[in-house]
Amino acid sequence: MILIHCPYCDEKRPEIEFVNAGQAHISRPLDPSSQTDEEWEAYLFIRANPRGRHHERWRHTYGCGRFFNAVRDTVSDKFETTYKAGEPRR
Amino acid sequence: MSGFRLETGGRVDRGQTVQFSFDGKSYQGLAGDTLASALLANGVMLFGRSFKYHRPRGVMAAGSEEPNALISVDRGPGRFTPNLRATGVEIYPELKAVSQNRWPSLKADFGAINDRLGMFFPAGFYNKTFMWPRSFWDKVYEPAIRKMAGLGDAPTAEDPDHYAATYAHCDLLIVGAGPAGIDAALGYMDTNKRIILIDEQDELGGGALADPALWPWLERSHKALIDAPNVTILTRTTAFGYYHDNFIGAVQRLTDHLPELGDAPREKLWRIRAGEVVLAQGAIERPLVFDGNDTPGVMLSSAARSFANRYGVAVGKAVVLMASHDSGWHDVFALAKAGVGIAAIIDVRESVDSALMHEAERLGIAVHLNHSVMGVTGRHSVRAVQICNNGDYLGRRIDCDAVLMAGGWTPSVHLWSHSKGSLKWRDDLGAYVPDLPNENVVCVGGCSGDWDFGTGAIIDMLPTPKDQSRIKAFVDFQNDVTAKDIKLAVREGFRSIEHIKRYTTNGMATDQGKTSNLNGLQIASSALNKPVADIGLTSFRPPYTPQTFGALAGHAKGALFQPTRTTNIDSWAQAHGAVFELVAQWRRARYFPKPGEDMHAAVNRECVAVRSSVGIFDASTLGKIEVVGPDAAEFLNRMYTNPWKALEPGRCRYGLLLKEDGFITDDGVSARLAPDRFHLTTTTGGAARVLNMMEDYLQTEWPDLDVWLTSTTEQYAVIALQGPNARKLLEPLVEGIDLSEEAFPHMAIREGMICGIPTRLFRVSFTGELGFEINVPTAYGRALWERLMAQGAQYDVTPYGTEAMHVLRAEKGFIIVGQDTDGTVTPFDAGLDWAVGKKKPDFVGKRSMVRPDIVAPGRKQLVGLLTDDPNVVLEEGAQIVADPKQAVPMTMIGHVTSSYWSQTLGRSIALALVAGGHEMTGATLHIPMPGKTHTAKVSGLVFYDPEGARLHV
Ligand SMILES: [Zn+2]
Repeated sequence: MILIHCPYCDEKRPEIEFVNAGQAHISRPLDPSSQTDEEWEAYLFIRANPRGRHHERWRHTYGCGRFFNAVRDTVSDKFETTYKAGEPRR
Repeated sequence: MSGFRLETGGRVDRGQTVQFSFDGKSYQGLAGDTLASALLANGVMLFGRSFKYHRPRGVMAAGSEEPNALISVDRGPGRFTPNLRATGVEIYPELKAVSQNRWPSLKADFGAINDRLGMFFPAGFYNKTFMWPRSFWDKVYEPAIRKMAGLGDAPTAEDPDHYAATYAHCDLLIVGAGPAGIDAALGYMDTNKRIILIDEQDELGGGALADPALWPWLERSHKALIDAPNVTILTRTTAFGYYHDNFIGAVQRLTDHLPELGDAPREKLWRIRAGEVVLAQGAIERPLVFDGNDTPGVMLSSAARSFANRYGVAVGKAVVLMASHDSGWHDVFALAKAGVGIAAIIDVRESVDSALMHEAERLGIAVHLNHSVMGVTGRHSVRAVQICNNGDYLGRRIDCDAVLMAGGWTPSVHLWSHSKGSLKWRDDLGAYVPDLPNENVVCVGGCSGDWDFGTGAIIDMLPTPKDQSRIKAFVDFQNDVTAKDIKLAVREGFRSIEHIKRYTTNGMATDQGKTSNLNGLQIASSALNKPVADIGLTSFRPPYTPQTFGALAGHAKGALFQPTRTTNIDSWAQAHGAVFELVAQWRRARYFPKPGEDMHAAVNRECVAVRSSVGIFDASTLGKIEVVGPDAAEFLNRMYTNPWKALEPGRCRYGLLLKEDGFITDDGVSARLAPDRFHLTTTTGGAARVLNMMEDYLQTEWPDLDVWLTSTTEQYAVIALQGPNARKLLEPLVEGIDLSEEAFPHMAIREGMICGIPTRLFRVSFTGELGFEINVPTAYGRALWERLMAQGAQYDVTPYGTEAMHVLRAEKGFIIVGQDTDGTVTPFDAGLDWAVGKKKPDFVGKRSMVRPDIVAPGRKQLVGLLTDDPNVVLEEGAQIVADPKQAVPMTMIGHVTSSYWSQTLGRSIALALVAGGHEMTGATLHIPMPGKTHTAKVSGLVFYDPEGARLHV
């Protein structure tokens, strides 16, 4: 069972306290109505599936409840870093 | 020497005999014996039948690497444990052990015909032979194969034992308490580290238990570790798996060795998080590959030494050693000193260290260098071996009753590999050893390749003049894989060792290749003409040894499998005979049968009561979220399809929640209590999901909004009063709220007191009748319910359950999200476009509502269905077709989502998702069911009181 560092609690906690929330750094368009069908499709459905470094969101659901971002290696399943929502991509 | 028990020696208690049985026959052993040592002491060599060929098998090892001697222990109903290694079963008085995979008896096994036919059962035999005809597989081949091939029988009765589980944390976890593990523990004992030392055996020592010279050291060390307050010792505990971030799973066996079970848990699962791990799992001796190497009495050389020195048992009276490694010589010297008769030493090497030769000579043991065993005489036990010179193959016979194999050593890197540490090949050892770690872990002692057993030759199989295609030289004893099978796999084109493993089954299943991996690799390497290091190694997987399901399940079974959530009113429902159902994790009253009523009768009565007088319903399970803050209305306006900003305090609104893809995900009636405070409700199953979704948007998309979300689901008990007499029932109990139609209209909320309890009183209806939902602090739920029952007696107030609730709402065409929708239904599809704020610039899911596929014709839409035969209640989930005469497979145009008998209407009603359904009103559709195709006409969604007049009274 992986240990995940919650950047809000500033503690490593067991993964059963967390829920994955999909790929990180995908912002909801500020004005969805101005989006073309293709742009909206890309926002809704198109996701990366990298081998290696992957930016993803996690929520400390059974802890502080905060969403945060993480860089995880999809091969080794190791977390490289975690950081607060809103901070720049690492 | 009586039988095979040596006069002296061993760690067994010679003053304490233990009576036990094997296959119904009674034997005597000594306290401290394993089943294997005790049976060997009695001269029993035959322990079981092999997996595929039903060949007679004996004991090959002395520890958990034993592949052959699998037996079952029978402790009564539900306590039948199959596939135990006889080398790990501690005997106790009245132990009842039985052999496996034989019929009618171990000695006369019918299945042994497989062995005679063995030349027809090569690798891949099952895949090739039983492919055709396909229909034969389920009914003929598989049952027959299952009956013939296999391990022990699974128990049929429920397991009466219970199992404990715990989490543990330590700075240092040491796996394996042989000399290397004990040294590691002693080395850190005086630090302030919290240390856990684990060993699978019943006492510490590992290999030292077979070396009496080390016993004084062992005793001193054991005492020091027991006295150290920072060291926890877990014996009879198997570290079975190594997971991420130094998380180790281990099972401690607590009662299997005890004659009386008592109330203690049988086993305990330890989930250990360690700062640092030291693996000291040791090394496993390698068998040699030659014809007949599986005959009972052929075993690992180190095992014979364990049986003699640890248990005081001679494995034979005339023992032959077949060695390719020095360690076997040392074992035989130790055996000779313990009083075991040695017939000969045979070594495949042309020369060995002169010190070994001198010692053999001194002990008077005949030595045959550059020789190999080419055959074994005897079927149920060894009577002799044929050996031959490796050069000219000239042979001779040596009479003996046991053959020891010393093929070198394989570091036990199983847990290291679980942790994803890398391995490197060492030519001098002919083995893979740990290389780079992936966790904070080190390997010490034998499992790191560090041993002082001497040197040896690395060979794939012993030289033999025999026709290779006609001999049975086993590599994987547990899975009955021979050298021939591996060569065949290579001839048939398999190149990857992972493929060879799966084709031949070498190294698979419960054994995980403990004794077979390296021999299999060497043989594949020769056949492929590639160095072993270029072939790689197959993956080791947890568990290291088989563990019980009971230990892994722990307490999580039966009622404790998952939490059951109950409302404050649940105890009343229980006391009044309710029949319950689980909704998400909630236990809800489904209906309240009176004596003699079935569900149908009870639900009909409950529905009629609501429509004619008043019903009472426990709605406490509804999800509730308190939304508070200056931006609360703005936030809800962005989340829900409906407009919220103009909603006045004191009023309610039906909220429809979409996901960003435009599909309905939840709904519920919510109230504005104040400009900055809302009381939201969600579906029972959707509460957590909706809160998570709202938190997601609030935290990550709109962090500028000043809003707080709090789950209040369990803070309120909710009682629904529904029916024309609801107001009359309620009025005398309420203070501070005018209940009149004018002062308190439909879809409004008021705060006040009821029976002296503060309440948020909703005027809402999920039945189409005049209705109220009374929210009070949870602890008052049952008390208020009982007051309402007493007050309502004059109206014959009727408790109703979820089934009547479903019928009543379906009569009104109210949807249940997740039943009438399936994650691909839009508000328009569900006939809920009225709930979408057309003028709102944005809300979650709005942009998707104009996606091409969402506006395309032919989408499945929610409609009513009225069967032509009003007595037919369609099955929910039934498929719908337009033309029942079309060829099979028919084109399905939709399915029934809700279907009930409506006592109020005197007929059945149904809701259905049908392609283009909104344009089909009045059309006849067909619902093919087994035996009959039903017909139904498409209707609107509302079957009862379409004007809604009954709400406004
Ligand atoms: Zn946290």
